[in-house]
Amino acid sequence: MKQLILLLLLVCSTSLWAGVEVHTFENPAQEQQYNRLIAELRCLVCQNQNLADSNAELAQDLRQEVYEMIQNGATDQEIINFMVARYGDFVLYRPPFKATTAFLWVGPFIILIAGFVILLLVIRKRRQAAAVELDDAAQARAQQLLNDTNETDTP
Amino acid sequence: MWRYLVPLGIFIVLVVFLSIGLKLNPRDVPSPLIGKAAPAFSLPRLQQADQTISPADFKGRVWLLNVWASWCVSCRVEHPVLNQLARTGEVPILGLNYKDGRDEAIQWLRERGDPYTASAFDEDGRVGIDWGVYGVPETFVIDKKGNIRYKHTGPVDQKAVMEKIMPLVRTLEKEPA
Repeated sequence: MKQLILLLLLVCSTSLWAGVEVHTFENPAQEQQYNRLIAELRCLVCQNQNLADSNAELAQDLRQEVYEMIQNGATDQEIINFMVARYGDFVLYRPPFKATTAFLWVGPFIILIAGFVILLLVIRKRRQAAAVELDDAAQARAQQLLNDTNETDTP
Repeated sequence: MWRYLVPLGIFIVLVVFLSIGLKLNPRDVPSPLIGKAAPAFSLPRLQQADQTISPADFKGRVWLLNVWASWCVSCRVEHPVLNQLARTGEVPILGLNYKDGRDEAIQWLRERGDPYTASAFDEDGRVGIDWGVYGVPETFVIDKKGNIRYKHTGPVDQKAVMEKIMPLVRTLEKEPA
């Protein structure tokens, strides 16, 4: 019975494959290029997915576009330029470094450095607070306090 | 004093950033096509399949391109606004019927009214890709020279027409062809 259910589940699961497009490539290099590009390009409809993950219609169309361009011998850069010309730097998961994206690239490091600076300042302040210089009077009083407790504690 | 001012300062900065972030529309991706020539195409018309329509037909005029589809729910929201805009006759609207079925699209216009000077039938969405379409509806303003000057993503409302699109169209009308 268990086997029968498993078999049934297995048969059902093949319908998953209906949604997967099958692309045939002339050589492995092209297939690699295709997989690399659709992993690098962002889907504009579901913005936190790349073209490879997204099943939005636009993503399907753009995958087809990438596929056809590869078939026509386009280089990575040509395909990326094609996408950027239409959708802007937003389609790239790794946008180029320029004025509009500078903060995106440098921002995290600035915040990291600022964090370190604050940490160092705090540590230094703590050290200074710990190393309090005692003048002679304070020293004598401290000694007396210590002596007092010693006398009362010892029988 | 500083002990209280520093956290307060950080808190205010955070509030400012977060409130800006709340107001931003993440779907509003700036189009790289603004200021560039409108991508050329020649597509069959929706209602007259044997005739073609192209941006070149609007050369010398300020016009709008509106991307729509009968399957697009937000298009129903903006449609009355477009109908009203078309009635003023101030600016021609070219419809780009995006990845739609011809019969459904024609039926849709029959039921809701047709604000378009003409509709281009982009069945496979290739022209949509050239125009950087990623969310229907989208509306572009094109100047007399054939350059894209403005893009509105999502349904156009009365406010967008009154405050953005029509003032821009009127300014562009004054530019030489």
